[in-house]
Amino acid sequence: MIESIRFKLNGRPVNLKVDGERTLLWVLRSDLGVTGPKYGCGEGICGACTVLADNVAVLACQKTIKEVDGSEITTIEGLAQNGKLHPLQKAFVENAGFQCGYCTPGMILKAYSLLAENPTPSRDEIIAGMDDNLCRCGAHTRIVAAIETASREMKGGMK
Amino acid sequence: MMPSSAMNRREFLKRLGVLGGGVIIGFNTLDRLAWARRHRTGFLGGGIPTDFNAFLRIGTDNRVVLYTGKIEMGQGAMTSIPQLLAEELHVNYDAVDIVMGDTDLCPWDAGTFGSLSIRHFGIFLREAAAEARGVLMELAADHLKSPIGRLVAQDGYVNDTSKPGRRVSYGELTRGNIIEKHLNDVPPLKASSKLETMGKSFPRRDALEKVTGAAKFSGDIRLPGMLYAKILRPPAHGAKFIKADIAPAKNIDGIQVVEEGDFVAVLHKYPDVAEQGLAQIKSRFDRPKTGVDDKTIFDHLLKSAPDPEVASQGGSLKTGEKLASTVIEETYFNSYVAHAPIEPHTAAAEFDGKKLTVWASTQTPFSVKDLIAEQLNLSADNVRVIVPYVGGAFGGKSASGQALEAARLAKRIGKPVQVAWSRAEEFFYDTFRPAAIVKIKSGLNSAGRITFWDYNVYFAGMRGSKQFYEIPHHKEKVYGRWRGSARRHHPFAVGPWRAPANNTNVYARDLHLNLMAAKAGADPLQFRLEHLKDKRMINVLKAAARKFGWQPIKTPSGRGYGIACGIDAGTYVAFMAEVEVDRSSGNVNVKRVVCAQDMGVVVNPDGAATQMEGCITMGLGYVFTEEIHFKDGEIFDLNFDTYTLPKFSWLPKIETVILENPELAPQGGGEPAIIGMGGVIATAIYDAVGAAVFQLPMTPARVKSAMKQA
Repeated sequence: MIESIRFKLNGRPVNLKVDGERTLLWVLRSDLGVTGPKYGCGEGICGACTVLADNVAVLACQKTIKEVDGSEITTIEGLAQNGKLHPLQKAFVENAGFQCGYCTPGMILKAYSLLAENPTPSRDEIIAGMDDNLCRCGAHTRIVAAIETASREMKGGMK
Repeated sequence: MMPSSAMNRREFLKRLGVLGGGVIIGFNTLDRLAWARRHRTGFLGGGIPTDFNAFLRIGTDNRVVLYTGKIEMGQGAMTSIPQLLAEELHVNYDAVDIVMGDTDLCPWDAGTFGSLSIRHFGIFLREAAAEARGVLMELAADHLKSPIGRLVAQDGYVNDTSKPGRRVSYGELTRGNIIEKHLNDVPPLKASSKLETMGKSFPRRDALEKVTGAAKFSGDIRLPGMLYAKILRPPAHGAKFIKADIAPAKNIDGIQVVEEGDFVAVLHKYPDVAEQGLAQIKSRFDRPKTGVDDKTIFDHLLKSAPDPEVASQGGSLKTGEKLASTVIEETYFNSYVAHAPIEPHTAAAEFDGKKLTVWASTQTPFSVKDLIAEQLNLSADNVRVIVPYVGGAFGGKSASGQALEAARLAKRIGKPVQVAWSRAEEFFYDTFRPAAIVKIKSGLNSAGRITFWDYNVYFAGMRGSKQFYEIPHHKEKVYGRWRGSARRHHPFAVGPWRAPANNTNVYARDLHLNLMAAKAGADPLQFRLEHLKDKRMINVLKAAARKFGWQPIKTPSGRGYGIACGIDAGTYVAFMAEVEVDRSSGNVNVKRVVCAQDMGVVVNPDGAATQMEGCITMGLGYVFTEEIHFKDGEIFDLNFDTYTLPKFSWLPKIETVILENPELAPQGGGEPAIIGMGGVIATAIYDAVGAAVFQLPMTPARVKSAMKQA
């Protein structure tokens, strides 16, 4: 059923007339051309499609577009502010927290959500918090280091 | 053997020339055979171009653009390759730009695989850059009217050492002209002690794009009017198409269906709607009954094994067996393993009535170009393949059938088309690491020395099977490789998987060696060292032992110490690990992994360490969980719910050591550190609980069953 859906995407208002049952991932990637969120498994297992809905990590392949009506959606494209990298992005660069980079948008946004909830996580808490995001290249140790670095840099704040 | 896509040199230069400004300097490569002789390698298969291998464009702004057919798939080549060029051309690293994997812009290349980018292509590139510098020096001698002996090239300028301030930039020398010049005497490569750019950990060039979402993968290419295609697939390998009823799909608004025999594709401007359309299609296939499944496969393979090739041999097995007081005979198995990159095979294609342009996630853009040209009756000139960032490949993105599918559809419907395989398609059409069997029969004398080693590997392949221990009587036989005619015996496609064959060979060899060390009552490290003369192997083992803090043990010692070592892509690598085994569940917790490698000169130390960590982490998957289940051609593992990849919670403490070996040219870095993961964990489990697990992956059930039999 075609519905009128409104939400904020990376700070900008979006109004769509769209079948409300379509998934957020494909509406973002094809209708809106926002390609940061990636398809990896389509079943909510790998985390490559992770975006933020009201600052909480959600799996875009598991959300219908009508479920995010009225939300604020942030994708990796919206994380840097005024050309300034978010501390997490900076830390992923400095720690080489990626290899092929395909899972990276999901990793960074999942980490963002994790730090929003727990700004000073222990290493074990980072590992537990990130466990559902898959990386095939094996960048895990660097990703953990990047999140630790960002957490220190952010000193408990979110921006 | 010149591939059709290697256009002739003149044409190529013309094409690059019109790109505007700058200059291209083309290089003859050395004769391939001469090169192979010089480097004592019989391997000419990949990565060595036959005509020209590198092109530089030096802009009037003094920036250098390097064009290479290699691709970036996470391994860091776009960072390390410019280091080689900058070093020998004598320019600043930051002045080098790189264009990769575009068949219209880059010289022919066999593909990015086999850890060849640095160790093979890199040598050509460095020699080409040294020759280019020599050419620039000659031009500078004319320009500055100075004898060449007084000239020094540095940071993109040629300076006259006797007249301070008298200098000319490379860009001024070339001034947008095409210069093709070859020197009779190519300047030698820099000595390792003089290296400035190589050996430094330059940060990855793709970092900013990859953390901001700006990095484009094939699925991120957006073309005006592009449709997304979903393609009807058989339910099993070997299934025969009977018919499909496409009518219901056509009821969906905006759907277009292409039907050409058994090729049925549903296209729509939204991929999810195309998928819904495909789901409406009712199809019938005749399914095969082969009786082959993931349990019977090993018997099936042993029965169909081809005649062996001999990888290495010495002495006489008969004599060795007579000298043995103890004989140990065991069989080792490993299952089919998927590549499972998080980015599935994806391609976008556009046809302008004459020329097809295809953006594809592939390791082999030039082969893909040839395939498309051949299959779609186009001249090679009218197919261009561009490889954006590749989201992981590990050997699995060589065949690249998705690129042909996208090209075929774009040509057929006259609109741009994207084909992005679903996760299920990715598993179904993967070229799996082959299931394999290793049979080893070996003997010890009363002094604890190995008297013979009869090694037989089925279907894994040659790599890593050669003997490097000092054993008087030995023979290593390879029955069928992962490539070539042996592939027909598998129920589906198989292919190269990160360090092909070596993972299997090291697993079997090292577990077997520890079973022998146990019989001999010897410490597994000492047992290996006593049978080694190869200094590089001794050095990596000792380096690993120092880092690990190895204490001599009689295995099984209960400590859970494991050891493995091998040679891959010219690199020597040793592993040590410590595990804990939960006896009631069979779960294994890997506490530490130490990996020491000698890879010759290290181009980018942090990049090399990253690859080692990645190898170790990825390797835990084939060690513990990764295994394709199937029956009658149907693949049962089609997503990450049943096919489990290594996760954050599996992370051991990982420590890497890279040995200094400045006398040896750079060797492979993307694969060696994965080869010992099966061996090091299997020997650690044996040391912990005295149970040898004879099949990979070592699932809790297999560990428990091995403990019962121990």
